[in-house]
Order: sequence, then C-alpha cells, then structure tokens
Amino acid sequence: MTAFDFSILLSGRYHDMLLGGLLLSLQLLLITLALALPLALLIALMRLSENRPLQAIAWTYVEAIRNVPLLAHMLFWYFGAPELLPEDTRAWLYEHNFEALAAIVALTLYAAAYMSEDLRSGIRAIPKVQLEAGRALGFGFLATMRLIILPQALRVTVPPLVSQTLNLWKDTSIATVIGTAELMYQAAKVETATFRSFEPFGFATVAYLTVSLLITGLGLWYQSCFPARAV
Amino acid sequence: MTYLEMVDKFGLYFLLGLYPKGPLGGLALTLALASAGLLLALPLGLLLGLGRISPWRALRWPVTALVFVVRGTPLLMVIFWAYFFLPSLTGVRTDRFNTMLIALVVFDAAYLAEIVRAGIQALPKGQVEAARSLGLSYLQAMRLVVLPQALRHMLPSLVNQFVSTIKETSLGYIIGLAEVSFIATQINTLVFVLPTQIYLTLGLTYFILCFGLSRLAFWLERRLSVRAFTAPLEATA
Repeated sequence: MTAFDFSILLSGRYHDMLLGGLLLSLQLLLITLALALPLALLIALMRLSENRPLQAIAWTYVEAIRNVPLLAHMLFWYFGAPELLPEDTRAWLYEHNFEALAAIVALTLYAAAYMSEDLRSGIRAIPKVQLEAGRALGFGFLATMRLIILPQALRVTVPPLVSQTLNLWKDTSIATVIGTAELMYQAAKVETATFRSFEPFGFATVAYLTVSLLITGLGLWYQSCFPARAV
Repeated sequence: MTYLEMVDKFGLYFLLGLYPKGPLGGLALTLALASAGLLLALPLGLLLGLGRISPWRALRWPVTALVFVVRGTPLLMVIFWAYFFLPSLTGVRTDRFNTMLIALVVFDAAYLAEIVRAGIQALPKGQVEAARSLGLSYLQAMRLVVLPQALRHMLPSLVNQFVSTIKETSLGYIIGLAEVSFIATQINTLVFVLPTQIYLTLGLTYFILCFGLSRLAFWLERRLSVRAFTAPLEATA
C-alpha cells in the first residue's frame, strides 16, 4: 500500500471540491431544518386536534413517510415526480439544480415526519390541565397552543429534536444517489480521480463527526441554559 | 406499455432478481440481507452493549468511543469504507453482498449496543444484587439472570431495529447491489415511460413490509407489558 498523501486535502482542486461538498451539505441541513420544523409542528398539531379527518391525514402522512427508506423518497422526487409536472416547469427545474431541490423536498418531508412525533410527545408531556385552563379562560385551541403549551413543550422537546437533527445531518449524505454534489458525492469523485480512498473518505468522516459533535454540543448548551423544569 | 403489462413482464424480476438464472436480487435479496445483517449483528451488539456498561474503565471507554464514532457517521460512509478501503487492507476484493453485509453488521451492532444497554439498565437493580448475594459471579449473573429477562423486554426494540435494517439495505443501490431499489431503477431504465408508477410501487412495497413489522412490534410490546404486570401476582400465590 502506498503512503498516505494528505497534501491533496490541503490545497488544489480536490481540496476545493471537498470543501464545496461540505458547504452544500451544510446548506442542505440548514434549509431542511428551517422548512421541516414548521411542517413538523403543523403535523403534530393536526394529530393532537380533536378533528378526526385532520388526525387521519396526519397519521397517514407520518406512517407513509416513515416506513419508506429515504433513498426511495429521493428516487421518487427526482425521477418520478417531474413526470407529473408540465413540460416547461420540468425544463426550468432541470436547468436550475433540480438535484438539490429534490433532495431538499425529500429530506424535508422525511425529517418532518420524525420530528412531528417528537413534538407530539413533547406537547403530550405537558399536563392536560394546562390546555383545559387555557380553554376555560377563553383561548381557542391554537391560541392555547401558541401562548401556553408550546413554550413549555419546547424545553422538553429539544433533546429528541437534537437527535433528529443529527440523523438529518447524516441523511444528507444519501442525496448522492440523485447526483447532488454534496460531501459524499465529492469524496467519491475525488477517490475516482486520484485512486486514493483513505484521504477523501477520511476527510468526509472527520467532517461528519465534527458537525455531529457541534450539533450535540449546541443541544447540551441549550439544555444547560434552559433546563426542562419538572412541571 | 401500461402498468399491468409492466407488472406482468417485470414482476418476478422485482421480487426475485435474476434468480434462478442469476444471483438472487430484488425483494428477496433485501429480506435476506436484512435478516442476515441483524442476526449477525446481534452477538456483536450484545458484546458491545455489555462493554458499554462494564465496570472496567479500560473496556468501557474504548467501546463507548467506538459506538459513538459508528453512530456519528452516516451508513453510506461506512459502506464506502467497506467497499473502497477494506479491499486494500485485506487484499481480497469482497463481492457487493458481503461488503453490504459487513457494513450493516458493524453499523447495526453499534445501535444494538445501545438497545442492549437500555434493556439491561431497565431491569431493577435488585436482580443483580440478589444474584450476586446468592454467590453467582458477575458473568454468571449476566448470563443466567439479567440477559434472559432483558432480551425478552428488548424484543419490540429488536423488531424496530429490523425495520430500520430493511430500510438501510436500500443503500446497497449505491454500490450496485441488486436489491429492490436498484431493481426498480433498472426497470425504470428499461420501461422509461412509467417512472412515477414504478417509484410509487417501490414505496408501497417498503411501506407494506415496514408497516406490518412495526405493527408486530407494537403488538409484542402490548403483550409483554401485560405479562409483566401479572407475573409478580402469580409469584405470591
């Protein structure tokens, strides 16, 4: 086995490719988080409402998304979904980095399904008397949620949400299959170009672990600043 | 080509791959890979779980670090390591099925270690204390008292992990393993005019499999919790 040559990681074309991939991975993570959290909240509230049809829709959404692997989701949104769109929309999409867009759609729906379950558990951890007291004071269901329940539920929900964010960060690597030029894709391309497997995959592994550590650290910092009090 | 014509022509290819005229593929390969992966990961996961709660720091710290590193990297990364790096280490070019199997076993063992740890730590401490006071050594207490109870309680988590493993096998697509997602894409390339239907069928297949198994886990959990409540009453009768 030839010696390791880490110089390709420090400068030059391959270094730029890997950094560009890392940047796109981080962008995928942040955009997906920003889109998935509101959607997850909506689904969680739908499942907790007293309205039967809304509950059924939300339950179907969560079960249908969670029982299908993320890879199948990505393949559907990249290969299957464009057929349903009109011709010119399709042409426009293919010109404007559709790979990243399909990855974001698949990741958002997938992450929202898991996060909605965590949010629902967090909301259910708040004693029901809070909701009843809010309704008795004249607040509607949504107002009670917004002003009374959710601020309390947030502290309880942060640890599972941090673990879901970690899963999301690792899942961004699956966007490789539809050609999104994120970190894993670039690492594989560098491997094909240089025939060295250790350096680019070592870089990618360290990058994934570092960001995982950062996310865990942020979660622990939030919990130390805002501990979940026993109600 | 209509959907039904496609099912007629490619249905068996989707379910079995090229078998018997070639290697096993499709849904059968997905199930075989997931089952083999989880069965082989169980002993390793058990060892790692016991290592995680070991009273000896020299064992506990490296195992915790290993579990953290494996759980912190994407499965795709582990697959790429096994596919690109392992042959240069061992000198043997493993075939795709075994590469995927190795990656799944390593990855699932780290997750099973956490399930085993949680299962063992959920038992009342009195069990270990009673076993030790009766003269059993630490390992004997584990083998005869703690693990039989803990493993039974872990069963729903194990079924859920099996569901996860089935979903993880889909990543074999990336190294060209002929599991069901790869076969679906092959069919799409051949048929070309029905991508939406093909991928919806793929999703439906996974859904039926995974949803059925997770209902089984739910039923198992309900049955086990009922037994846990009645057992102490029978003991005092």
